[in-house]
Amino acid sequence: MSTNIKAAEASPVRRYLPLLGVAAIVLYCLLPFYWMFVSAFRRPLDQFDNSLLPSPWSLDNLKAVFGEGVGFGRALLNSLIVAGVTTILVLIIGLIAAYTLARLDFRFKNVVLAIIITTSMFPGISLVIPLLKLFIDIKWINTYQAMIVPSLSFALPLAVWTLTTFFRQMPRELEQAAMVDGCTPAQAFRKVILPLAAPGVFTTAIITFIAAWNEFLIALSMVNKKEIQTANVAISKFTGISGFDQPFGTQMAAGVVVTIPLVIAVLIFQRRIVAGLTAGGVK
Amino acid sequence: MSATAQLAERPSKQPQKSRRRTSFNEGTGRLAAILLSPTLIVLALVVVYPIISALRESLYTSGQQIDDEGFVVEGSQFVGLDNYTAIFSGETGERFWNAFYNTTFFTVTMVVLETILGVAMALVMHKAFKGRAIVRASILVPWAIPTVVSALLWKWIFQADGAANALLGTQILWSTEGWQSVLSVIIADTWKTAPFIGLLTLAGLQTIPDEVYEAAKVDGANAWQQFLRITLPLVKPALLVAVLFRILDTLRIFDLPFVLVGANKDSVETLSMLAYDEASNTRYGPAAAYATILFLYVALVAYVFVKLLGADILGDAVKRKPNGKRRGKSKDAAPPGANTVAMAGSTHGGGSVS
Repeated sequence: MSTNIKAAEASPVRRYLPLLGVAAIVLYCLLPFYWMFVSAFRRPLDQFDNSLLPSPWSLDNLKAVFGEGVGFGRALLNSLIVAGVTTILVLIIGLIAAYTLARLDFRFKNVVLAIIITTSMFPGISLVIPLLKLFIDIKWINTYQAMIVPSLSFALPLAVWTLTTFFRQMPRELEQAAMVDGCTPAQAFRKVILPLAAPGVFTTAIITFIAAWNEFLIALSMVNKKEIQTANVAISKFTGISGFDQPFGTQMAAGVVVTIPLVIAVLIFQRRIVAGLTAGGVK
Repeated sequence: MSATAQLAERPSKQPQKSRRRTSFNEGTGRLAAILLSPTLIVLALVVVYPIISALRESLYTSGQQIDDEGFVVEGSQFVGLDNYTAIFSGETGERFWNAFYNTTFFTVTMVVLETILGVAMALVMHKAFKGRAIVRASILVPWAIPTVVSALLWKWIFQADGAANALLGTQILWSTEGWQSVLSVIIADTWKTAPFIGLLTLAGLQTIPDEVYEAAKVDGANAWQQFLRITLPLVKPALLVAVLFRILDTLRIFDLPFVLVGANKDSVETLSMLAYDEASNTRYGPAAAYATILFLYVALVAYVFVKLLGADILGDAVKRKPNGKRRGKSKDAAPPGANTVAMAGSTHGGGSVS
């Protein structure tokens, strides 16, 4: 019987089918992205050319993106501020909660965890409308905080959930040993746990940052001034210089600019991101 | 800070505590409340308050005066359930039911498609021994691309003289109106999220020990039987969590149809887009009513899904006491949705065994 199994595994179909499948998956995931990349480097003239490679490579689209009056650099900076501050706030608040949930035993612990996770499931629009009204009243429209504060609604539960997972993986003996050596629990956390949890915290930071960077509805609703738009909103509103009904060349180029840093980060940290995503099981 | 001081003396008490419980565990309710309060306060402010406020708002209608920034000034009146009754009647009723139908249709078709594709991808990746790193990296690319950018990317592909038509040899005006725009949204969403379901399912697959399959082979089960009887039941917890999150995500879908096809298009308008449209026209009362209905719909679907299929969002945290003893080596054996929680169990348990 066992030789039978081995023979079956060694048959060429069995051996090459998965490889074919892998190739199919890779193409499925990357082809549209490739198309965006290539389109960004066409000349605006032959934008609608469907050749696999741009015939003369051109940086015109990229130049247009960063051209005068487009304000895309500013939009990128805005995105960076909003996503960055959101990530930092979420990490500071979320770390404490996650450590508490992972280490302390108290009544209603699972209820609290359930509530925190549930809050990430509410439809964004039902949070945005009341907040929009509130922010109009307190004159927060067209400010960074008007985008950062609502972003916490999905980013914080995500981070608490992932961080809790990471803390639970660390043996309790670590703190116990530290405390036997005379640390207070707070010191044990700061001096022993936090450095060891750094990879997990970093993972959470990347996932949170990407989620906040990709946010659209809040940024679209809370801002109507161009100077404070995030990159996503700016791209969707491009009018372009090229005179087409929709400036796809510029939009593809802007898309590449917005995406490439994320793709590079994903490639470098793929293991960690996968660990974080599958641990949290969210989004 | 008082909490820290309170805890400082703990280590000295440790020896007389029971073997398993750590020094953290006594009288920690208050400490936990203090430590959790920042998170809970933030969530109360950015989630609970808006939800309640939306409920209240949906019972009011606001005046139509507009200030120079383009936002409404003031003057809201209590109108009771008028906003809700208006939703279900006449022309707005048609628009609402259309959006409701679109939202539901998108959710059902996308989640089914994405699940099938995702599971297929996971199976392929699980079988493949070469190139796993490449697949894992490329699978994350659609996930990392902002939805807005992917919507534009697909809009570009679906242009009249774009890549899709060139490839298919057709002259379809994809992202305009009608079935083809619906299809374009479905394709774009499936592209972005099927790999993600695949990723989560793969994590579930990797927790199934090989011995189970070897035993099945010895018993003469064929590949299909193995898939139905072993693979599917064992990845079910991981898969259900992934599917639940996808369902909730698609029910509130906004950016993709909004950017890919556009606002005010009957064929792809979803409840989120409808509510956004009302809000951007400063009709906050009706907008809040739409948002509330969507919220209730999402809550209902989540409830039914969890009840019917027993999706375990928390792993098995809810069912188990934190100190419950569990299999010691659950680290490798439990499905991903649950394994993290189980791990906590194993570290607890470790103390009591020794």
